[in-house]
Amino acid sequence: MIGDERLREPGFHSSRRRFLAGAGAAALGLASPTTFAEAVVELPLPGGPGERPLTRAFPQKGAMILQRTRPPLLETPFEVFDQSVFTPNDRFYVRWHWAVIPAEIDAATFRLAVRGEVNQALSLSLTDIQKLPQFEIAAVNQCSGNSRGFFKPRVAGGEWANGAMGNALWTGVRLKDVLDRAGVKADAVQVRFNGLDQPVVADGPDFMKSLDIDHARDGEVMIAYAMNGKPLPLLNGFPLRLVVPGWYSTYWVKMLNDIEVLAEPDTNFWMKTAYLIPDTPHASMTPGQAGVKMTPITRMVPRSFITNLKPGDHLKFGAPAHVRGIAFGGDTGVAKVDVSSDGGKSWQAAKLGRDEGKYSFRQWRTDIKPPARGDLSLLVRCTSSAGEAQPDTPNWNASGYMRNVIEQTVVTVG
Amino acid sequence: MMRRLPWFVFSACLALAPVAALAESKIPLKSVPLKSVKVDLPDDRRMFPDGPGADAVNGNCLACHSAGMVLYQPLLTKAQWESEVGKMRNTYRAPIDPKDVGAIVAYLAGIAPGK
Repeated sequence: MIGDERLREPGFHSSRRRFLAGAGAAALGLASPTTFAEAVVELPLPGGPGERPLTRAFPQKGAMILQRTRPPLLETPFEVFDQSVFTPNDRFYVRWHWAVIPAEIDAATFRLAVRGEVNQALSLSLTDIQKLPQFEIAAVNQCSGNSRGFFKPRVAGGEWANGAMGNALWTGVRLKDVLDRAGVKADAVQVRFNGLDQPVVADGPDFMKSLDIDHARDGEVMIAYAMNGKPLPLLNGFPLRLVVPGWYSTYWVKMLNDIEVLAEPDTNFWMKTAYLIPDTPHASMTPGQAGVKMTPITRMVPRSFITNLKPGDHLKFGAPAHVRGIAFGGDTGVAKVDVSSDGGKSWQAAKLGRDEGKYSFRQWRTDIKPPARGDLSLLVRCTSSAGEAQPDTPNWNASGYMRNVIEQTVVTVG
Repeated sequence: MMRRLPWFVFSACLALAPVAALAESKIPLKSVPLKSVKVDLPDDRRMFPDGPGADAVNGNCLACHSAGMVLYQPLLTKAQWESEVGKMRNTYRAPIDPKDVGAIVAYLAGIAPGK
């Protein structure tokens, strides 16, 4: 049992002592105990509990749904997605694995290391990085477990509704250009990414993720120093974060300060053991199913949401109702978005908004005519430009990953 | 070297240029100055609600994470909580005293969701 001393200083541990000694106490900035309950939101999670505080206590963040304070898990309130195709930085969701997160970054002394199977190891300042050819791409960043709270039966983990995702215009440099400067050796097979966050426990697994060398050099994977034209909020990875367009956020390493080119496939815990999905269609299995082959989660799949209507909203019978929302294709663009107001028997095509690039959210809108008074279930379905449509039955796996079933919003017509 | 143009010239170009063209640009589209940042991260010192085993939970679990997410879990079986506590010990190396494991699992399995 840990003594009372530690309780007065949450997260206190030997590795943290070392970190404090090395980085200065101010770097952790864990000073202010805070009252959070500004307001309460109710997430419609089956079986509950759905109640969460809405908080403005986090730096560089507006009102966010508080899933956990330390390490922070902050969800974007869903109405934010109705306001613009790009998610504002101060409303962008936050997810950290370990609680030792530097709260202070010195822009002048920060360095990004590039090492391992390279001809010339590099130590790049932010100025060095900003001198490289600039690259910009719009891309959705989505947690592997976004929407986990809707799994039936429910599974353990961060009980997110649909707000563990966001879309931003990312500005930075191509990873390929950085690797080319270092000169990747012929025996390289993967590239591993590490950030400044550290385990609270000395021998806990440091959070690191890897990509195959060809993926790392595809000219789209990038190192971002800005999102939506501004520096990243610290909790979204300031000063640098990896951007892996089309892939789940687990690969988008925040506070990126170390890039290691590997001659062998990475077997670290976060690649080999965590973030695995069933190697089956839709990453789906039955609860308790034995002997399922597992594989790392990688590419995203199509999703779409109604953003201007909430469950229980009222529509007027006899009048056309405007329905709008967002969609994304996963690792490719949006070919079409269809809406059904008869339980999926018939579908009508929505009009797509401006194309911001194939990895971006795409806005859509249409008018429907409510067919009868009473409850009306509205369905929305995205088909990607690769022809992949959202399925009409939910997937299930024990980690609550990769949900992309056709979403349903039940409103009342009267 | 190209002369730095005022931001509004680039903004006007941005409005017209398709994204694919932007992605190929070799000149800075817009400078993003990166200044040092220092923030305060809030903490949450909330304890787990009283009950048999609460001391063991407070004494072991709060070292690595605040209570919030644990209290937001759906109704999980004792076996599921055993698995979660096992993951914390074996995977994340939480220094939980083996003598406390039974009390922690019993406490977690006994809390109703949202309480």
